[in-house]
Amino acid sequence: MALDEIKIGGLGASRRRVEDNRFIRGKGQYVDDIVLPGMLHMEILRSPVAHARIKSIDVSAAWEIPGVRLVLTGEMMAARNLAWMPTLSYDTQAVLATDKVRFQGQEVAAVIADDPYIAKDACQAIVVEYEMLPVIVNPDQAKASDAPLIRDDKENQPTNKIFDWEIGDKAGTDKAFAEADKISKIELHYPRSHPSPLESCGSIADFNRATGKLTVYMTTQAPHIIRAAVAMVAELPEHMIRIVSPDLGGGFGNKVPVYPGYVISILASILTERPVKWIEDKSGNLISTGFGRDVYLEGEMALRKDGKILGVRMHTISDHGAFYADAQPSKFKIGLMHSAFACYDIPAAHLTATGYYTNKAPGGVAYRCSFRVTEAMFFQERMVQAAADDLGIDQAEFRRMNFVKDDMFPYRTAFGFLTDSGQYAKCLDIGLEAIGYKNFKAEQEEARKRGRLLGIGISTMTEPLGAGNSREYDIIGIKMFDSAELRVHMTGKALLRTGAKSQGQGHETTWAQIVAHELGIPAEDVVVEEGDTDTAPFGMGTYASRSTPVAGAAVAMVSRKIRAKARKIAAHLLEVSEEDIEWELGRFYVRSNQERGVTIQDCAMAAYSNVPDGLEPGLENNAYYDPPNLTWPFAAYLAKVEIDPETGVWDVLKMVAVDDCGVRINPMIVEGQIMGGLTEAYAMASMQYITFDEEGNCIGSNFMDYLLPTAWETPGFELHEVVTPCPHHPIGAKGIGECATVGGPAAFVNAVMNAIHHTGVRNVDMPLMPNRVYEAIQTGKDISGMPPVRSGN
Amino acid sequence: MYPSRFGYESPKSVAEAVALLDQFGGEAKVLAGGQSLVPMLKLRFAAPEMLIDINNIDGLRYHRVDPDGSIHIGALCRHEDLEFSDVIAKSQPTIAAAAHLVADPIVRTRGTFVGSVCHADPQGDWAAAMIALDGRIVAQGPKGKREIAMKNFVSGPFQNALAFNELAVEAIIPAPKGVARGGYLKLERRVGDFATASVAVSLDMVGDTIARAGIALAGVGGHTIDATEAASVLVGKTLTAESIAAAATAVAAAADPRTDHRGSSDYKRHIVETFVSRILTGIANTSQKAA
Ligand SMILES: Cc1cc2nc3c(=O)[nH]c(=O)nc-3n(C[C@H](O)[C@H](O)[C@H](O)COP(=O)(O)OP(=O)(O)OC[C@H]3O[C@@H](n4cnc5c(N)ncnc54)[C@H](O)[C@@H]3O)c2cc1C
Repeated sequence: MALDEIKIGGLGASRRRVEDNRFIRGKGQYVDDIVLPGMLHMEILRSPVAHARIKSIDVSAAWEIPGVRLVLTGEMMAARNLAWMPTLSYDTQAVLATDKVRFQGQEVAAVIADDPYIAKDACQAIVVEYEMLPVIVNPDQAKASDAPLIRDDKENQPTNKIFDWEIGDKAGTDKAFAEADKISKIELHYPRSHPSPLESCGSIADFNRATGKLTVYMTTQAPHIIRAAVAMVAELPEHMIRIVSPDLGGGFGNKVPVYPGYVISILASILTERPVKWIEDKSGNLISTGFGRDVYLEGEMALRKDGKILGVRMHTISDHGAFYADAQPSKFKIGLMHSAFACYDIPAAHLTATGYYTNKAPGGVAYRCSFRVTEAMFFQERMVQAAADDLGIDQAEFRRMNFVKDDMFPYRTAFGFLTDSGQYAKCLDIGLEAIGYKNFKAEQEEARKRGRLLGIGISTMTEPLGAGNSREYDIIGIKMFDSAELRVHMTGKALLRTGAKSQGQGHETTWAQIVAHELGIPAEDVVVEEGDTDTAPFGMGTYASRSTPVAGAAVAMVSRKIRAKARKIAAHLLEVSEEDIEWELGRFYVRSNQERGVTIQDCAMAAYSNVPDGLEPGLENNAYYDPPNLTWPFAAYLAKVEIDPETGVWDVLKMVAVDDCGVRINPMIVEGQIMGGLTEAYAMASMQYITFDEEGNCIGSNFMDYLLPTAWETPGFELHEVVTPCPHHPIGAKGIGECATVGGPAAFVNAVMNAIHHTGVRNVDMPLMPNRVYEAIQTGKDISGMPPVRSGN
Repeated sequence: MYPSRFGYESPKSVAEAVALLDQFGGEAKVLAGGQSLVPMLKLRFAAPEMLIDINNIDGLRYHRVDPDGSIHIGALCRHEDLEFSDVIAKSQPTIAAAAHLVADPIVRTRGTFVGSVCHADPQGDWAAAMIALDGRIVAQGPKGKREIAMKNFVSGPFQNALAFNELAVEAIIPAPKGVARGGYLKLERRVGDFATASVAVSLDMVGDTIARAGIALAGVGGHTIDATEAASVLVGKTLTAESIAAAATAVAAAADPRTDHRGSSDYKRHIVETFVSRILTGIANTSQKAA
């Protein structure tokens, strides 16, 4: 008899997360938990100013502190050709500053000592003389004709512009605008924020002079990419480098780039011949490591009076900080910004993008999103709302009439993506019903009589998740596919390894469920390992919601290879030919006699004890999976808010999420991902941003200034589900890790805008802090850009 | 985050603590709940030679109402003790309203009322409440105890009137003339955020007449703002739409906010006015219902 798939923890089982057993008992093994014999501790001295020439660095007092083993400066790094390193976007980044500091928090020197307290004391004893330079904190300043040149270290870099880039059909789009009845415009800023994982970045570098082997324990979402990068930067042979990414306390894109701290700890270990631990403090993490967003988005929509969207123009101006260190596919300078409007049937679109250097920390990482998709979808849904308002068409109706319809797939978007599946209108309708859209107008009127402003905001979107395929997607030339390796032991228990790297997503739980689904081996009999480049198969790591679409697919494919071999063994055991054998979950049987069968465990035992002639013993294999396309989940997010117009304070009365991520492997984990994402979406809309004053001081270097919502203010969420399987993924799954972060913010902002529509205000930029909402209501004017910051003194 | 090197003492009595303070001559700091001091140590904003941890001194974790109606809060009374106190809920509406708005639930389990007042953060909630309530701090030094009126206690941002060798052992809230009414409203960007603007109101009411009015503000100036003079427009009056509006306008004028990332100075002033009016209107409405 076939097994009950839910009982064995297969597809669709809301199995408890196996990794939580150690996490909630405090038995996780994070980088900072690892203690190696003779280990030293490293602390980084960071620049207190945003732009200055370094006149001198005096480290003599630091050397005098007992317990100090090494003091490193840029000059010493330069002597070893390590003062600069390549970024993941074909730029360079200073490891330790030699000439200038270019942002507040930049790495200036490092101390390696017997304990971290001594290292910190010694950092304080280093005297750096700075000669201040004018500071640039936004693209407007960066492009001014008299702007100081930030990257004077580079040849052929006469200005602060990093790139101009475009995609789409300019002529076709011009034509659409010429034919439009109405043109609707909007200008937005998506503020800078920081992924801020619970665990900050860190590493332990352990170079063994005797064996020549370098082992680095490191907080990285992509250990294999790091191994390649270290091989290139440190000029060590790749087989002598082992990167181990142990348990990670969140990543959210923050742990994709290579940071100076990693590189310095490696050199420090080579020089001291002892293991060197570097654990960044929270402020260090917030001010110096990969931020997200910081993009100005402007554009317009060509509309026919009946509501049909004819074309879209978009222009983005992105602020990348002092080094262009975004981690993104090399073909696309501004990530997948051109995935905007993918859920709408729009004939023509054109996007231009310009990127600038500023005196801010580098990054522009994909903070819980697939390379700038968050900014794209935010712009899309704010633009759609503005267009519906300008035409006087109901916001839900306007979306519905412009959606790509269920029977139009596969659909080529105006920017060239191929979407392949979805039921957009169905998702929206479920959302409208759940939020109570029908009676809303009356409710809104009634609330206004009580002096309260109600609004409903909608955000609907499909986004491209799961990079590659490898034809189009690579990071610094490394193609984006992924891998899995499965070993089934004699007793039918199994070890699975993948090239992905969980940071809390629950891979140890869900990968085992895919194996259970494909092989009928109970999920609890499958142990999952990731993150050690000496043992895991080569893969591109986890970000951009790519694990289930790519590595998860590889898990299914390797399981199928195992099943194919097991079938041969089953035929041998059952003494029939392979063609006469059928499979049901966990068991092969003879077609003519279902009673006669062998389990997958029987086959595993035989693989090591009784193989037929001509078959290799053992039951293990690997699979490299290069997806034919991205996966395209769809989501409809609807928020209902109430504003107190006397204070500008707004409350979320209800938040509804309808997600279609195809087949759900573990529904509980999927829902957890959605709730986490909605929380981050609410955060962005309401409070979570990093800004700078005119001197380039980071306002947001600690959690009193950089606000993350807690359980207290985060609203409740009502989740709904639609399942449209992905047509090309082996088990029909699509990415889900980021949908809510990506699509959610516009729902909240649109809701507030809907509530204050009568004031004539078209836009209040995020964060929608009460004072900004109040001011908009009072003045009837748009509120743009970052909130004012305290000035110099 | 690694603090500078410091020593640690854990006295078992107030006398021992005071002796240690005296011995270290200004180089020691008292550690109460640690919710302000520990972050400052870790950021190296503070680098005292010695920490004198008062948490192991018995008999300081209390709050009580004396027969004369005055309220006494010991040096180790935690924010949450007040938040969940029946005594406070019954007798002291300003404290009751503020207690669940101070910091977040985690901080409230550790942070102390007296420590917060000593810390004298211009955005701190308890210093504002204490000024509105016309409270006093009992300080104990090598030569004995003295009482310091709250309006003289906060001498500047993060500065109080204690001598280096004095420990604040108790806060006293005097008995009201008549019935204690009051409230506390705070605009924060998030739970656990310091105030963008907050308003503490304390009224002593005899019948419908206001015998004493204390109002203080946090977050809207370089120090806690004592708006009692502005509030004096209420004294001798009843709460009417006119008297409420007059008080709200006068108190808003006493605020001295700065434009920063929490909002413009106009906005903060407007919030003060709105909150004064909301608290007073709330009191008026409940009085009416009671009548
Ligand atoms: C995340 C977070 C959010 C917060 N939010 C708020 C908020 O919204 N509103 C608010 O008001 N506060 C807030 N606080 C501060 C909190 O209320 C503190 O508990 C309080 O300010 C200090 O009390 P404590 O007992 O922790 O004092 P400690 O941190 O131990 O000490 C603070 C200072 O007072 C001195 N001191 C303490 N007790 C005595 C004493 N008995 N005699 C003499 N000197 C003494 C110490 O030497 C030190 O200088 C927040 C704190 C945190 C960590």
